[in-house]
Amino acid sequence: MQIKLAEALVECLEKEKVEVVFGYPGGAILPVYDALYDSRKIKHILVRHEQGAAHAADGYARVTGKTGVCMATSGPGATNLVTGIANAYMDSIPMVIFTGQVPTIQIGTDAFQEVDITGITMPITKHNYLVKDPRKLPEIVHNAFHIASTGRPGPVLIDLPRDIVSQTIEYSESGPVPLRGYRPTYRGHSFKIQEVAKMIKGSKRPVIYAGGGVLSSGAQDELLELAELISAPVTNTFMGLSGFPGEHPLFLGMLGLHGTRYANLAVTECDLLIALGARFDDRVTMKVGDFAPKASVVHIDIDPAEIGKLVATRVPLVGDVKTVLKALLPLLEKEDRTPWLSRIKEIKEKHPLTYRRDGTLKPQFVIEQICRLTGGEATLVTDVGQHQMWVAQFYKFHRPGMLVSSGGLGCMGFGLPAAVGAKTGRPERPTILVTGDGSFQMTMQELGTMMEQGLDIKIVILNNQALGMVRQLQQFYCEGRYMATSFQFHPDFCGLAKAYGIPGYSWTREEDVLQALPQVLATPGPAIMNCIIPVEENVTPMVMSGKGIHEAIEC
Amino acid sequence: MRHTLAVLVENNPGVLARVAGLFSRRGFNIESLTVGRTESHDVSRMTIVVDGDDQLIEQVSKQLHKLIDVIKVRDITDEEHVDRDLVMVKVNADPSQRVEIMNMAEVFRARVVDLAGKTITFECTGNEGKINAFEESLRPYGIRELVRTGKVAMLRGSRLPGTGGSWSAE
Repeated sequence: MQIKLAEALVECLEKEKVEVVFGYPGGAILPVYDALYDSRKIKHILVRHEQGAAHAADGYARVTGKTGVCMATSGPGATNLVTGIANAYMDSIPMVIFTGQVPTIQIGTDAFQEVDITGITMPITKHNYLVKDPRKLPEIVHNAFHIASTGRPGPVLIDLPRDIVSQTIEYSESGPVPLRGYRPTYRGHSFKIQEVAKMIKGSKRPVIYAGGGVLSSGAQDELLELAELISAPVTNTFMGLSGFPGEHPLFLGMLGLHGTRYANLAVTECDLLIALGARFDDRVTMKVGDFAPKASVVHIDIDPAEIGKLVATRVPLVGDVKTVLKALLPLLEKEDRTPWLSRIKEIKEKHPLTYRRDGTLKPQFVIEQICRLTGGEATLVTDVGQHQMWVAQFYKFHRPGMLVSSGGLGCMGFGLPAAVGAKTGRPERPTILVTGDGSFQMTMQELGTMMEQGLDIKIVILNNQALGMVRQLQQFYCEGRYMATSFQFHPDFCGLAKAYGIPGYSWTREEDVLQALPQVLATPGPAIMNCIIPVEENVTPMVMSGKGIHEAIEC
Repeated sequence: MRHTLAVLVENNPGVLARVAGLFSRRGFNIESLTVGRTESHDVSRMTIVVDGDDQLIEQVSKQLHKLIDVIKVRDITDEEHVDRDLVMVKVNADPSQRVEIMNMAEVFRARVVDLAGKTITFECTGNEGKINAFEESLRPYGIRELVRTGKVAMLRGSRLPGTGGSWSAE
């Protein structure tokens, strides 16, 4: 069948079961948009800034488990995607990105709206392609989806020169072709799995340290079974949150820089640390030499390069977390570990996660109320900063894949566009964006996208009228010399809401929240809730830079 | 310790940039890197010499292997292998010194590839140690220009880099 390459591209996307594309059109990508016009299967969502397209595709991928797709034109369109691509790369989110490119004859001539986007994104994509041979495009598209969604997932970019996508080719359906340089290992080495079983049996004080890999491999049931079977407490990394039930007695909450005291102490005291799909990030380990000093480390991860990268490992086990746990579970026996669990109970009671109530509206209180009213069953989207850590600490997730947040890159401005993507992907789930006044002002133009798409997103702004997290750093590390962290101008968020036709609320007291929040959450349609919180409120516990996680301070 | 990595890569545009970029952004130092085609038209081979401890070399190999265009990575340092470096060197040579320099070069089995009024240009192949020695022996005469290819290496015997050994394929 002779068709235009842009049409072949759309065919390939349909074959990959792509239902939604987030994007922003432009000159170089024009032929692709022209082909999308005729697609009945693919819905295009027009964002207000290309960064929003990348974050929305990311949020969509996180809640659906499918590969998110976004596109933009050449030059500035492509560079505006870069932050969103880096974000997906750091958090291992499957995503395929299409960018327009100037015609091949103009490549390298500094043509209008030309950038070398494959060069720019080389360090922040799992792989990328510049299509030069039109006949190769179907193969490239299918391989891109294969690479993005298998092994350790990640973003793959395809750069499409305008003259190439305008050509006509003989198109026949195809699939991905085998890649000899890419064969991820799913099944763990059986000898190593036996070794892990032996170590678990020999351990008196095991702790499971579970990261985002548990969620991306869909291993939450196996994790729960493992924890209950061997009576091991579970701590989550930030990326791992919602991979273990928040109310479970074996749950320790998040560990690391702003982790619970008891998670950090349990890790410090454990004799066996079972790392599942986690990568010993510096925000988790803090001073690496003091991290889990008494423990033998078992590290199960699909990415061999993560094993032994930062922490010496007793048993390295390359494989998919779910597949490996399925093979491991039959080798284990029920264990009680009463002394260890009573020790855990003791440190939990001695160092509970709390905050001071003093009559002002506390952010932790707001999150507790959201958690209570949603029963831990909402998609919780956050931005980056103090509010993000308070969500991590005080929202008890009930089911996997409920937290959508920028972990590795720590990207302010992620929240609103990611919420647009998350709500698009799982419209049946209540979706709540908890953001800060700083983060929200980075990408609030996506309110336009949200309204255009009729998305019911509840936006809670924890407004301390400052860049709280950096302010907190300045309090501790710069003797309170607050430089460039207090906004001198504060927009009227209710007025902003009104401009977009969204109901807006402003709350300053606990009673306001108690009175109004239930009804606002229960009312269909979007809302903006501006919660004025004290600027002095810090995220605690906190581990000072250069210290071990057992030395956290509470303030 | 210096390690020699034999790396098979897809002969795709940009593959050198991917490998070089990986080294720079991860802070690995390349001592030398050579790249060229192989017996298959669609496969290129890189010989990369890296200085570092075992843990670093393991990271280098694993990170290299994560690149989709990298087919195989093998650390051949501790395996029986042949390695060669090629140098071209232009050295000062007054007509009165020519015979002396050429006799000396003969010891290294270097060949004269160009002769001018006041200089001689040699080419010489051999392992790194021999090339270093050749370079040192010419230094007193005044080296005007020198270029080395960097090391290329191959396993001894009938073994192929893709079979057996410690290729970190997965």
